[in-house]
Parts: sequence; structure tokens; C-alpha cells
Amino acid sequence: MDVHDLESYLAGHPFFSGLAPDYLALLTGCAANVRFEPGQAIFTQGGAAENFYLLREGRVALAFPHAAAGGVVIDTLEDGDVLGASWLIAPYSWPYDARALTTTRALALDAVCLRDKCDEDPVLGYDLSRRFAAVVVERLHAAELRLTDMYANPAAPQVSTGV
Amino acid sequence: MSRGAATVIHRCLTLSRGVGTVPDVHGAPAVAATDPMLPRVFSVRSRRQDTADTFTVELSADDGNGLAFGPGQFNMLYGFGRGESAISISGDAARPETLVHTVRAVGTVTRALETLQPGAQLGVRGPFGSAWPLAAARGRDVVFLAGGIGLAPLRPAILAVLAARAEYGRVVLLYGARTPADILYREELERLRARLDVEVQVTVDAAAADWRGNVGLVTRLVHRAGFNPAAAVAMLCGPEIMMRYSVLELLQAGMAGADIHVSLERNMKCAVAFCGHCQYGPELICRDGPVFPWPRVARWFDAREV
Repeated sequence: MDVHDLESYLAGHPFFSGLAPDYLALLTGCAANVRFEPGQAIFTQGGAAENFYLLREGRVALAFPHAAAGGVVIDTLEDGDVLGASWLIAPYSWPYDARALTTTRALALDAVCLRDKCDEDPVLGYDLSRRFAAVVVERLHAAELRLTDMYANPAAPQVSTGV
Repeated sequence: MSRGAATVIHRCLTLSRGVGTVPDVHGAPAVAATDPMLPRVFSVRSRRQDTADTFTVELSADDGNGLAFGPGQFNMLYGFGRGESAISISGDAARPETLVHTVRAVGTVTRALETLQPGAQLGVRGPFGSAWPLAAARGRDVVFLAGGIGLAPLRPAILAVLAARAEYGRVVLLYGARTPADILYREELERLRARLDVEVQVTVDAAAADWRGNVGLVTRLVHRAGFNPAAAVAMLCGPEIMMRYSVLELLQAGMAGADIHVSLERNMKCAVAFCGHCQYGPELICRDGPVFPWPRVARWFDAREV
């Protein structure tokens, strides 16, 4: 994928819908193609959040690594999803692991570069913050619904899901 | 239309108002009780434990006759000396000689039913209630969206659609469960997933690290699924909170509310609209449901008290 293709891909991605062309060009300059093999770590808990990813193909598991039974998968993401919002908020570290479940292709965007640009250009910073806030709120709401444990047996004592 | 599909659709229409007598597709006599309050005696032919708290029984009538039903209808199962419980039928409507129920042990009656072994007897009243809109779905894409044990009431509709596969457009099954261990009909889902003419997506709310499937809300599967929202019929069954947010996703995807159908559950006693235990706003779920078009019940989903 050359630079022109990269910019076209970003322009066509729903996450960047309506973003000003100048900003698209800037994002393109911060983007790189990456590929992960099945089982490969994309990032690990506590690591520096220096990128975010637009998943183009594949499936990624987000997991807390130190819980019972060798870890708990809390979410899976697929093509078209955005991976990683921790680059935007201090302390810029990953709260969980991300691991490719299948061969995964993505665009990695250099968050360190973007943070500087956002500080210099508050309009860009506000725009990106709003886009990420929408993703975070959607996933927070999904997590809240899962907290209701909606499939639990109503007659059973409230216990953990055992994972 | 295949003979099987025509018969199933006929049943859906015929039985949508409650107990009735329906001709059988395979020649075996198939009758329903003429007195809806009088149980027929059935015997357990086989029993299978599906998950830790859910089991499936295959029953046959002691009088030798089958029990015809429309996909989506329910029976009142009577554990002698314990009482009755409303349970959706989860078997194949084209095989009325074998009555199949998948039951979750949640109360006194269902826990008593859980102990029944092959050869044991129980009472059956039914079938009751409305059926899934299989006739209306003909020629259109069909989206089955289930959560937890909600897959059981949808199973007869899925089997009917598969039996007449050419009569429908794309067929999508989206299923959410609590954990991988709670996935109902797992082997059947895996077989279904291997077919090239059905899209099956499964997700769980929580999983250990060795799970390679999806984790997340079942509602998120809607936008990943391949169907035409403008030409689809959706059939939903599961916890009401799941159905509420799934309906919102389907509407957001472009489906019309009238094309979305939900199956509701309430405490049923008489099952013939006398006692009022299953009242839901102006509806009696045993008579008017359990399957409703979404617009008919939408306002009650957000009511704090019904």
C-alpha cells in the first residue's frame, strides 16, 4: 500500500469520516502498515501507548493477563475496528494485552507524533478526542451491559463467571 | 416451496391462536388436546445435559399421537406433584411425533423436570401462543438473534428455514452466551457454521485466554453480519435487555420495526388467557404472544413497571 493508497484508506474509514483533507494528509504521514501473526502480541499491559491501530483484517483479543485461568479475554476486535485509545490520555500506557488471534493486518498510527500535533493544533486535538470518545463511550456502554450478567440463571447465587 | 416449509407455515398460521388440531406432514397422527386444561401424558425417551443448568428432553406421547406445533409456540410441562412450567418447544415441527424441550433449571418445577430420566412420565398441555413469522420471511433475508437459552425457542424456526433453504435469502444466526461453557447446542452450531449457505456468529461475554472466538456483546455482531436490512426479517429471543439493545442496532442498521419480531417470557399459569398472570400491558403473552412484532410491544420495553 503506497502513500496514496494509505490516504485513500484513511479517508474511506468510518472512523475518519469527514476529517479535513489537511488532517488526513498529516495522519497519512504518521501511518505505517503492520502485520501480526496468530498469537503475536500487538502490545502488552503496562507498555508505552505509542500507537493506535486501524484493523484492516484479522481478529484481535484484548485480555487482562494476570487474572485467573491464565488470563481473561475482555473483548475481541475485527476489521474496521479501532484498537487503542490510551495514547490520548496520560500516563499513556496500555491497560491490557492485545494479541492477534488470526493473521492481522493493520495501520499503526504514530501516537507520539500525533500528540505533539494535537498540542500544537487544538482543533485537530479536539476532533480526534471526540472521535475516540465515541469509541470509548460505545465500549463502556457495552461493558456496562455485560456487567448486568444478563444471561445468568436468575435462580443461581451470584457468582463469578469462573474465568 | 418445499412440502415441509409449506406445512410449517400452515401450522404457524393455524396455531397462532392457541391449541388446535393440525395435519401431520409425515403421516403419523398429530393431535393437540381438545381441552386445553387437560394434560396429555408423555414419556421421556432421551435426556441430554446441554450446560451446567440446561438440559434437553425428547418426549413421546403415551397415546401414540404426535403433537403438532408452530415454531415459536410453547407447552405447559407438568411435573407430577410439583406443578407446571411454560417451556418453548425446541424440536423440529416437521417431526411432531418427537416433542423436544430444552429446559433451564431455575425453579421448583424445572428442577423437578431436570431429574426425569428416560421412561419417566410428565404431563403436557399445548401448544399455545403465536409463532415466528416464517411465511412473511419467505423470499427475504432472515436474521436469527439469540442470547443464552433464547436459542431454544428459535431452533424450530431455524430448522424450518433450513428445511426450505431455497425459499429464503441470506440466513444469519447471531448468538451470544455468557461464557464458552454456556453455549447451547454447541455441536449443532459448529455443524451449522460449516455450511456455506448460513452465516453463524457466536460471541460470549467473558472467556478464558484459551478461547479463540469472539468476546463482546451480541449486539456488536449485527453490523458485522451480511444481510440486507431493507429486505430482512429478524427474529429475536433472549433476555429483554439484550433484545432491547439488539433491536436498536437492527433499527440503526436500517431495518423497519415491523420486520423485527421478539419472543417474550412471563410467568404463565393457565396458558389460555384466563388467569392474567402473563399480562404485559394490554397483551396476554400466552394468547397474544410469545412472539410479537416489535412495534406492538416496543412502548412496554421502556416502561419501568408493566
